[in-house]
Amino acid sequence: MDPEARQPILSLRGISKYFGGVHALENVDFEVYPQEIVALVGDNGAGKSTLIKIVAGVYQPTKGEIYFMDRPVEIHSPHDAQNLGIETVYQELALIETRDVPANFFLGREPVRGRLGIFVDRKKMVEDTVRTLKDLGIVLPHLRTLVRYLSGGQRQALAIGRVMPWGGKVIIMDEPTAALGVRESRKVLDLILQLKEKGCSVIVVSHNMRHVFNVADRIVVLRGGKKVGDKKKNETTPDEIVKLIVGAEML
Amino acid sequence: MVVEHPELSSQEERYVEPSFAVRLARNQLAALLFILFGMVMVLSLLTRTFLTANNIFNVLRAFSWIAIASFGQSIVIISGGIDLSSGSNMAFSGIITGMLLNSGYSITFSVILGLAVTLLVGFFNGIMVSKAKLPPFIATLGTMSIIRGFCYGMTEGWPIRSLPRGFLALGQTDIHFFLWRIPLPAILMVIFAILCFILLDRTKLGYHTYAVGGNEYAAGLAGINTGRVKNIAFTLSGLLAGIGGILMTARLGVAAPTAAQGYELDIIAAAVIGGISLTGGEGNVWGALIGAAIMQILRNALVLLGFPAYWQPAAIGAVIIGAVMIDMYRKRKV
Repeated sequence: MDPEARQPILSLRGISKYFGGVHALENVDFEVYPQEIVALVGDNGAGKSTLIKIVAGVYQPTKGEIYFMDRPVEIHSPHDAQNLGIETVYQELALIETRDVPANFFLGREPVRGRLGIFVDRKKMVEDTVRTLKDLGIVLPHLRTLVRYLSGGQRQALAIGRVMPWGGKVIIMDEPTAALGVRESRKVLDLILQLKEKGCSVIVVSHNMRHVFNVADRIVVLRGGKKVGDKKKNETTPDEIVKLIVGAEML
Repeated sequence: MVVEHPELSSQEERYVEPSFAVRLARNQLAALLFILFGMVMVLSLLTRTFLTANNIFNVLRAFSWIAIASFGQSIVIISGGIDLSSGSNMAFSGIITGMLLNSGYSITFSVILGLAVTLLVGFFNGIMVSKAKLPPFIATLGTMSIIRGFCYGMTEGWPIRSLPRGFLALGQTDIHFFLWRIPLPAILMVIFAILCFILLDRTKLGYHTYAVGGNEYAAGLAGINTGRVKNIAFTLSGLLAGIGGILMTARLGVAAPTAAQGYELDIIAAAVIGGISLTGGEGNVWGALIGAAIMQILRNALVLLGFPAYWQPAAIGAVIIGAVMIDMYRKRKV
C-alpha cells in the first residue's frame, strides 16, 4: 500500500525549461506513483503550467529526462503523450464551443469507419459518449447541444469525462475547480477520487488549499521554477504549504 | 444520425431536450430556407415572369459559379480563415485555360491545367498562412492582387475570344430532366455542394476543420495538425474558385482579365448570408448555396420589378447586414 515501496509510473529528472532568457523551470525532479493523486501548487509564474505542458507534450524540456514506467521517453507532441497513456484536462478547458458534445468528446481522435478510413463513425462516437457520461454520472443536456450552451460545470465535466475512455494511466488536471461553484467543485473532486479508484494516477494543479487537502496524497510545491517542497498530505498542514508557496519560512 | 438517447434521458431528471421551436431557431438552414421561400412567394405574386422555368434556370445558372467558389470559401472560413483571392482565381483559371485552348491544346488538358494552377495558388495561400503565419486576410489580399496582375500581364489586357465550342458547352449545355432543361453548371453546383457537405460533415478532416476554426489552440492541444488543415482548406478554395471560373468563362464565351472583379466579396457575402460565421467553426455549404441563391434572386427581383440595375449593390449590402444581424440575434436568444 505504501506508494514509496513501488516504482514511480512517471518520473521527471532534472527538468529545466528556458524561454529565451526566462528560466521557467530549473532542475526540477518530479515523480508520480501508481494510483496516487499529486497536487502541484505554487504561485502564479512558479512553473506549474510549464511543468504539466512538458509532460503533456506541448513543450519540450531544455534539459532533463522523462521516464515513463521506468523507460526513458521523449514526448514531442500531445499525441506522443496520449500514446504513452498521459491524458490532460486543460485550464482553458480546450473545448470547441461551436461543436456538439460527441465532437468534443472525441476531439482529435475521432473513430473512423469504412475501408478508406476517412469517414467518422458518428454512431460509435455517440454511443461511447453516452456510455462514459453514464458511467461517471455526468449530467449533460442533449448530446447535440453545442458546448457554447453548456454551463461552466457541464463543460468541466465534459473536459474531464472525455479523457476517461482512453485508458490513461496518468491524468493531468490544470485548475479543475477554478471558476466552479461549490457543488460543481465537489463533483469534480469526486471524479478525481473515482479516477484514483479506477487505477489512474492524477496530477492536480490547484490554488485551492481546501481542495488540495481534500483529494491529494502528496503535495509538490514550486516557487520561481524550482521545487521547494514535496510533502505527504498527512505529514504537513495547509499553513506549511502556504508558507512554502510564498517562501515565508525563510524569514 | 442518432439523436435520441433514451438511456440517458430516463435516468437523468435534469436532462433537457430543446423544444421544437428552439431547435428550429437554432437551425440556421431552416431560417434561411424560410427567407428564400418568402422571397419566391412574394415575387411569384408580384410578377408573372419570376416563377417560369426559364427564369428560374437563368437564376440558377447565374449564381452557380459564385456558389461553387463560395463552397471553397466556406471551407476556409469554417477553418478560421478568409480567402480574398477567389475572384482573381476565377478569372485566372479561365485565362490559363483560354490561352491553352487557343494554342491548340485539348479541352481536357487545358481545363485540368487551368484548375491545377488555381489549386497551386490556393496551396500557396495555405503555406503563407500555416507556415509563414501571415494573417489570412493579408496573405490572400496579396495573392488577390498578384493573380489579377498575372491576368492582365499574360493577356496584355486583351480578352481571349473564339474559344472552341466543346469548351463553351461546359457552361451552356442544358441537361434534360423530365420536363425541364437544367443548366449543367447548376447540376455541377449541387454535386459540389454534396461533396463539400460530405467532406465537412462526415470525414475526420471535416471534423478537424471545424475544430481548428472553432478554437485553434484547443485543436492543437488535442493533437490536430492545424497547419495541415488550413493548407487543405485554402487549396480546396483555390480549386473550387478555379472550377467556378471555368464555368463562368464557358458561359460568357470570353476569358477577360477583368472578369470576376469584386466577386470575392459576393463569394464571401454568400457564405456570410448563409450563416457561416466569420469567426470560424460554424456553418455549412448548404448555407452558402442558399446565401448565393438569395443574392441572385434579389438581383433578379429588382430587374423584374423594374428597378434600375444601378441600385443592386445597395440592396445586396442591406441583405448582408440584415442576415448577419438576424444570425447574431438568433445565437444570443436561443
